[in-house]
Amino acid sequence: MTIRLGVPSKGRLMEKTFDWFTERGVTLRRTGSEREYAGAVEGIEGVALRLLSAGEIPRELGAGRIHLGVTGSDLVREGLADWDAQVEELAAMGFGHADLVIAVPACWVDVETLDDLDAVAAQFRAAHGHRLRIATKYHRLVREHLRAHGVADYQLVDSQGATEGTVANLTAEAIADITSTGATLAANHLKVLQGEPVHRSQATLFRARNAGWGASDQTAFAGLMARLGLAAGV
Amino acid sequence: MLAAAPDKATIRLKAARLLAHFQSRGAQVVEADILQPAETLLDLYGEDIRARAYVTADPLRGEMMLRPDFTVPVVQMHMAHGAEPARYAYMGEVFRRQEHLGPRASEYMQVGYELFDRGDAAAADAEVFAAIAEVLAPLGLRAVIGDIGLLRAAVAGLSTTAPRRAALMRHIWRPGRFRALLERFSGQSPACEARAAMLRRFEAARPEALIAEAGPLIGKRSAEEITARVAALRADAQEPPIPADEVALLARLLDLKGPVAVVLPDLRDLAGQIPAIAPAVAGLEARLDALAALGHPAEALEFEASYGRTQMEYYDGFVFGFLAGQGDLPPVATGGRYDALTAVLGAGAAIPAVGGVIRPGVVARLKAEGGAA
Repeated sequence: MTIRLGVPSKGRLMEKTFDWFTERGVTLRRTGSEREYAGAVEGIEGVALRLLSAGEIPRELGAGRIHLGVTGSDLVREGLADWDAQVEELAAMGFGHADLVIAVPACWVDVETLDDLDAVAAQFRAAHGHRLRIATKYHRLVREHLRAHGVADYQLVDSQGATEGTVANLTAEAIADITSTGATLAANHLKVLQGEPVHRSQATLFRARNAGWGASDQTAFAGLMARLGLAAGV
Repeated sequence: MLAAAPDKATIRLKAARLLAHFQSRGAQVVEADILQPAETLLDLYGEDIRARAYVTADPLRGEMMLRPDFTVPVVQMHMAHGAEPARYAYMGEVFRRQEHLGPRASEYMQVGYELFDRGDAAAADAEVFAAIAEVLAPLGLRAVIGDIGLLRAAVAGLSTTAPRRAALMRHIWRPGRFRALLERFSGQSPACEARAAMLRRFEAARPEALIAEAGPLIGKRSAEEITARVAALRADAQEPPIPADEVALLARLLDLKGPVAVVLPDLRDLAGQIPAIAPAVAGLEARLDALAALGHPAEALEFEASYGRTQMEYYDGFVFGFLAGQGDLPPVATGGRYDALTAVLGAGAAIPAVGGVIRPGVVARLKAEGGAA
């Protein structure tokens, strides 16, 4: 038996993931042609590589179709209900950093914190007859954050791309999105609320709790953890 | 012992018997569409229920929602063409997407009783409570009552500005933020540094200049709205704190909890010190009398001042729940008064209303232990 390790199939996230494993004595490499999503693991027994879209890795972990997976912690928290019951964080990998933040128009000189956003939501709803709209694709994370902080009179509107433009296009009053430098936000005349971001994301190695963990899988897992210098325990 | 999750046929039979009970008390049986227009409901509910609603796009009717409860459609039906007073009963499935793993159902049966009556509010409250209590009596449940009206009266009576009272009133349903606001308004916690820096900027420059400097005016919120809030923030910063004794009394009220007979003397004592709540306390006593007259003496009831604060945003007066107190079961029945909701849905018209729902699926699980219910 082999355990299946899912890693991002392209781009910097894939390269950084390969580097991270290489530094720890495990070589991941693509096999076949440049365009073929096949891969191999060298330097350790019993581990097979699956190259997947980073966005699909949370779902594959949740379903237990892969035993281990590398993806952004934001995607796992957003994609899996009660994520920590379904997967275990084995290692924060130190790259792919990005913050999920809430941003409002820079011209809102009366808004700096979530407290202000909440008060403005009440004012806005009274003045405009509808709730203050926050455009995002991170519905679960943003809702939980706003609930934890007791923000009311808002509604989330779905935005799968070009989210920073929704305010100028009058389809939202504020946005919640991933940012690493804030440059796109600033270019769209938005400012980030002060205080802790909704989530600080980075590439993370996860273990699927409900993948089939047979005895030989556990042996292979323990071997990999030892090689990576991580504490093991299924 | 809890029975295993009963099958749907068993739950439907149980529901039919509960419905017949409400019907025998003079309620008119009504139906509500399973597919409801989403817009009205989305605006009424908080984001929590919105997030848990099944919303679908209908090519002809626009956004539709699987009904998350019956109260709103029953109120709409009554406001459109109901005679008064009116008693309605209904049964059917409601749908709530679950956000967490676990046994909570995303589709379950409700049987409800709603009373629209401009007469004696205490009697109407007691009637709805009794209609539910008598049919659940064999289960030996804990009955908890509360009163959102009492909390609203206490907030309305605080000696502070109207905007501060409005901010607290709005967050009665979010206890964490309510506490944070109260601490800020009473000077127990200082304004955060971000707010202090903002106020310094307002001192140094006019808001129009600050807005111009910050960048182009984008989005639907106007410059007038921004400057109005700047003025409100500056005015608020000059306000004296809410006196500490008032905050302490409010905290005592919010923490009141226990058998009614034990809590009532405390509540009378508080009414002496918070004059604003005296009418609400008198209303509560009238309700207790009405309940006793219907065979539900105070000894059988528990009072929790904060009951209903986290999940029942459209209730604004009497609230109640019947709890099994075993396992992870949801409340067997819940209800309350929702006068304000009828005003929102009635487009100007309003009628005092009180109602409650039983979950027959939970009743059926308890039946094994409780015997004949």
